[in-house]
Amino acid sequence: MKQVPYLLIEGVEKTFTRGGTSNNVLSNINVGIDKGEFVAIIGHSGCGKSTLLNIIAGLTPVTSGGVLLENKEVNAPGPERAVVFQNHSLLPWLTVYDNVRMAVDKVFRGAKSRAERHEWTMHKLDLVHMAHAKDRRPGEISGGMKQRVGIARALAMEPKILLLDEPFGALDALTRAHLQDSVMQIHATLKNTMIMITHDVDEAVLLSDRIIMMTNGPSATIGEILDVTLPRPRKRLELVANPTYIKAREAVLKFLYERHAFVEAA
Amino acid sequence: MSRPALRAVDTAEPVAPAPAPKAEVIALTLKPKSAGLDWLKTRAVAVATAVIPPLLTLAVILLVWEILCAKPGATLPSPSQVWRDASDLILDPFFVNGSQDIGLGWRVLTSLQRVAIGYGLAALVGIAVGTIVGQSTWAMRGLDPIFQVLRTVPPLAWLPISLAAFRDANPSAIFVIFITAIWPILINTSVGIRNIPQDYRNVAAVLRLNQIEFFWKIMLPSAAPYIFTGLRIGVGLAWLAIVAAEMLTGGVGIGFFIWDAWNSSKLSDIIIALVYIGSVGFILDRLIAGLATIVTRGTAAN
Ligand SMILES: Nc1ncnc2c1ncn2[C@@H]1O[C@H](COP(=O)(O)OP(=O)(O)O)[C@@H](O)[C@H]1O
Ligand SMILES: [Mg+2]
Repeated sequence: MKQVPYLLIEGVEKTFTRGGTSNNVLSNINVGIDKGEFVAIIGHSGCGKSTLLNIIAGLTPVTSGGVLLENKEVNAPGPERAVVFQNHSLLPWLTVYDNVRMAVDKVFRGAKSRAERHEWTMHKLDLVHMAHAKDRRPGEISGGMKQRVGIARALAMEPKILLLDEPFGALDALTRAHLQDSVMQIHATLKNTMIMITHDVDEAVLLSDRIIMMTNGPSATIGEILDVTLPRPRKRLELVANPTYIKAREAVLKFLYERHAFVEAA
Repeated sequence: MSRPALRAVDTAEPVAPAPAPKAEVIALTLKPKSAGLDWLKTRAVAVATAVIPPLLTLAVILLVWEILCAKPGATLPSPSQVWRDASDLILDPFFVNGSQDIGLGWRVLTSLQRVAIGYGLAALVGIAVGTIVGQSTWAMRGLDPIFQVLRTVPPLAWLPISLAAFRDANPSAIFVIFITAIWPILINTSVGIRNIPQDYRNVAAVLRLNQIEFFWKIMLPSAAPYIFTGLRIGVGLAWLAIVAAEMLTGGVGIGFFIWDAWNSSKLSDIIIALVYIGSVGFILDRLIAGLATIVTRGTAAN
């Protein structure tokens, strides 16, 4: 018997219908992802990356096809598939601590005592280096810090899969590099499965085991999947001259800008 | 050279940048005392800038009023005349000389009691119904036009119907408050609920919050700024309506006092009552605004 992958996306099709006009966004998406794998999804803006991630999260229903996690069908959102949203989506009326604690209380009520939940919350904040700002509100911290808290909140749910939707898209290059290092560290420590959308080629190659490249919409699908065989831990400075890195980077760039150039742009 | 010296002398200037670092140097050695003094000084300046301009304006208004109304044959009493006629009303708000002859403080409290009941009910029902309406597109489509029409009905237009229904002055007055105050609360709440960002809904969905948790942890805090805008407009309208309603229903409220004073030609009493009404309305508005800043702190900043 053939072994079923940890996360299986099979024949996923998505059509948005609004007021008589229908828009076929995703067509025939098939991919399997292993436990502990780090997968990046890259593609031009508007091709349907967020839609695919929301389908995995269970936030968007599929038109046909399906998603199986550990052989069980995904049809509703839940904390075992935690999402780090593009615009952080922290609750502005709660402090950094309370934003994470709210998730911890919801997921581990009954399973952990109050003291344990506090410990757990602080541990996740430590993991993203945000414990020092635990009493501040989202409005009082920088964009990079907000994303760190968003990651802490998602990790605090102890998800089977961590879904990240262009988490660093709005950040400056330096902050972005720091956060990429943090994510690599977390992945190395917790060994959890991560799927991350990005439009940054370097980010995709640096972080992932595999890169899923999507064709342009409408009816976008998976154009190509690239294995990144670089050994871990990876150091960004050492990679600059690494031939495997350069080749992977070139392959992604060629896919995006030669074979699937974004016609509407420019 | 001469500029900094000049500035250092002018210590009363509230935003003088030069003395600031100096004060910090002193603070290192004499920390508690000078820090306290500094704090007192900035507080004093803040209070003075807030209080002096309105006091000056008030003085000018009283002066103009005095000049206009002091000449013989003036139709309205001058401020000094008001003081001579009705200083007892100002000086002792809480006297009791029989069932109808009581201080304005008591009358205001009676009116406030009615407002409290009517407004409290309006807040409860307005937030509850607003939440339901805001969550359902169809309820919004069906009810919103009706609310928009009812909202524009003047408070007193409800009074005859209310009197007919309740056959008693006190519940009628309370109903008029209720029906006047509820619309802005209801409409603002429903708009606030409709405007909950999709992001917050997604967070709630991933966490699998149930309906009750979603209501308390996402909906109410997210809509709080809208709800408080409605509550603030509502309390102003409630206070407007109670005075008008009491003029017609009688009793011991501040509204009836004005009507009574008009019938016995005590213009000075009316003017004092106006000052009371204005002050109480101002305080009510400040109270709700203060409550709003405490409850929604941080919500606006994102
Ligand atoms: N809720 C929705 N209703 C209708 N159309 C949508 C909805 N969400 C996304 N789309 C459409 O799907 C396409 C892909 O969007 P998205 O997944 O956000 O792209 P990406 O994340 O790759 O930039 C876009 O054309 C967008 O207009
Ligand atoms: Mg997107």
